Amino acid sequence: MAAIELRGLTKVYPGGVKALDALDLAIPDGEFFALLGPSGCGKTTLLRTIAGLETATGGAVVIGDRDVTGLQPGARDVAMVFQDYALFPHMDVTDNIAYPLRIKKVAKAARHEKAAEVGARLGLDHLMDRRPGQLSGGQQQRVALARVMATQAQAYLFDEPLSNLDARLRLEARTFLKKLQRELGVTTVFVTHDQAEALAMADRMAVMEAGHIRQIGTPSEVFQRPANTFVASFIGSTPMNLLDGVARGDTLEVAGCKIRVPVSAEGRVPDGTAIVYGVRPEYMTYSAEPADGAFGGKVAIVENLGASHLVTLDVGDVIVQAVVPEGSEPAVGDDGYALPRRDRALVYRDGELV
Amino acid sequence: MTRFVLGRIGFYTLVAVLLAFFTIPLLWLVTAPFTSDPTYEVKVPDFTLDNFRAVLEHPYALPSLWNSVVLSVGSAVLVVVMAALAAYALSRVRLPGRDALLYALLLLSSIITGTAAMVPLFQLAVELNLIDSQLGLILILTGGLLPAAIFMLKDFMDSTPKSYEESARVFGASPLQIVRHVVVPLVRPGLATIAVWAVANVWGNFLMPYLLLSDVEKQPAAVITYTLYTEGGQANLSMLSTFGLLYSIPVVLMYLFVSKKYGFRFHGGIKR
Ligand SMILES: Nc1ncnc2c1ncn2[C@@H]1O[C@H](COP(=O)(O)OP(=O)(O)OP(=O)(O)O)[C@@H](O)[C@H]1O
Ligand SMILES: [Mg+2]
Repeated sequence: MAAIELRGLTKVYPGGVKALDALDLAIPDGEFFALLGPSGCGKTTLLRTIAGLETATGGAVVIGDRDVTGLQPGARDVAMVFQDYALFPHMDVTDNIAYPLRIKKVAKAARHEKAAEVGARLGLDHLMDRRPGQLSGGQQQRVALARVMATQAQAYLFDEPLSNLDARLRLEARTFLKKLQRELGVTTVFVTHDQAEALAMADRMAVMEAGHIRQIGTPSEVFQRPANTFVASFIGSTPMNLLDGVARGDTLEVAGCKIRVPVSAEGRVPDGTAIVYGVRPEYMTYSAEPADGAFGGKVAIVENLGASHLVTLDVGDVIVQAVVPEGSEPAVGDDGYALPRRDRALVYRDGELV
Repeated sequence: MTRFVLGRIGFYTLVAVLLAFFTIPLLWLVTAPFTSDPTYEVKVPDFTLDNFRAVLEHPYALPSLWNSVVLSVGSAVLVVVMAALAAYALSRVRLPGRDALLYALLLLSSIITGTAAMVPLFQLAVELNLIDSQLGLILILTGGLLPAAIFMLKDFMDSTPKSYEESARVFGASPLQIVRHVVVPLVRPGLATIAVWAVANVWGNFLMPYLLLSDVEKQPAAVITYTLYTEGGQANLSMLSTFGLLYSIPVVLMYLFVSKKYGFRFHGGIKR
């Protein structure tokens, strides 16, 4: 088990695509770290460069106290779960799990014993003689995990290991994986494009965009205080309201409404500066009565989110969204008022959090 | 209505003629060896085994079948091993001009064992002291088969996902281990196809052994067939048919065996 450190890591693909751009990242020993970002931002590339499947164009990868930048994948002592699990189709579950030990020249009896032990731990005991083709997606995922566990590597790298599972199974697998990582205490880097997954599982997470890391922090830091408008618009099951405005003393003029400066930005936005006002729909209080410092407008859309509703208001020529608890949702066309929570609203200047 | 009936009659007549064209020689091949004095006709055999006795007594007939086995199995093993390694490398390593190289290879392969290359090949064999040597012949035949074999196998390799190998690499497998543990099992049907194709090719090859092996004790069955004449200079039909039957059985058996075990999967030469 070891910490992972990336220093100025750069990867340029032969076609000239800069998939990683001078990236710095430190992941302490034993941490469950999630990498989140839109498609094509370089998450897989980052993972594969740590594993050594891609050679870095510049910078260094340090695992534990070893600089592994120039080493072959096999010499880095990491284990990886691929998105398609990459279980060998011609080997049964036992041989698949035991394969890393076969490479390490462990005797057949010993490695089969180890495979049986790890398999039993993941509830695979009755499947040990099957081929991967005869397993369900969830079972295949557990075999892939078992194979990784059999190696006792310094770090685990997971590339979207849950994305092939159906929604129900994914929730189960999420809890299972988190628990397993806790027990094993192995440093784990986990790539996902499902933010709920990252928020739920990670100790810390990074949000990437186009080869850069835009924010690193705990899931609650990233969710509550997105460091820039990119992260703000990317994180959250309902997108954050991001509205252009201007500072006017201790109020903000946003979408034609007078809004009080949020707690976090008090005294930090000079008069007359152009800002972006950000507040999550979850942090809005909706009311049919006018209120001081609220956005007022006409209800345009009401979307059912299950236990609550997402109400979209037309405020001037912009839209403002608020989450309304079930039972008190308005009808389309009503006048409505959405009051942001001052302690949760944020102000961005030039795209960065104030 | 009559037109339809006439059309049908015409169609079936055509099918019957075509069938006869292909079956009659085969029928001859299975009946003539058991007939006392075979002619070019297909006759009901009298089930004599004299012809087989004659073949057994022929000094070169059975050894030549063994020579054919040595040549074809030797070439097939070489072709499969070398083509597998080359195809794997070509499929996985991005080289500038790789595709051009492949097409050039394919083009050359039709020349190397073709008539155009006979004289240079013969001279090369003389220079290298490989004339009248089965090893030399195996090398030359292998060389002729390799390009097409690489081309076909590369296609098999291309269609196997890379993540299997990458996963093995992360676990620390060496390239040769990856080929042995992962790639070969995955492309086994392809390897079987190539092996059968190589065996059949060498088994039926007449020209190369005829030119390069002068010692009759080293010659394969295809060349020996050519020597089966009566003293009068006539084709010895009883010997020819019997030997022909013995000559074809191993290939048919091999085909049935491999087809049952692996199933043939011929992908086209070129994808995309
Ligand atoms: N082998 C390659 N050759 C050239 N460019 C590549 C290669 N692999 C990836 N890229 C490019 O590098 C960038 C990052 O790709 P990467 O696969 O890391 O994205 P990702 O974040 O994993 O996306 P996704 O969520 O869709 O899996 C993309 O622009 C992609 O087109
Ligand atoms: Mg990816």
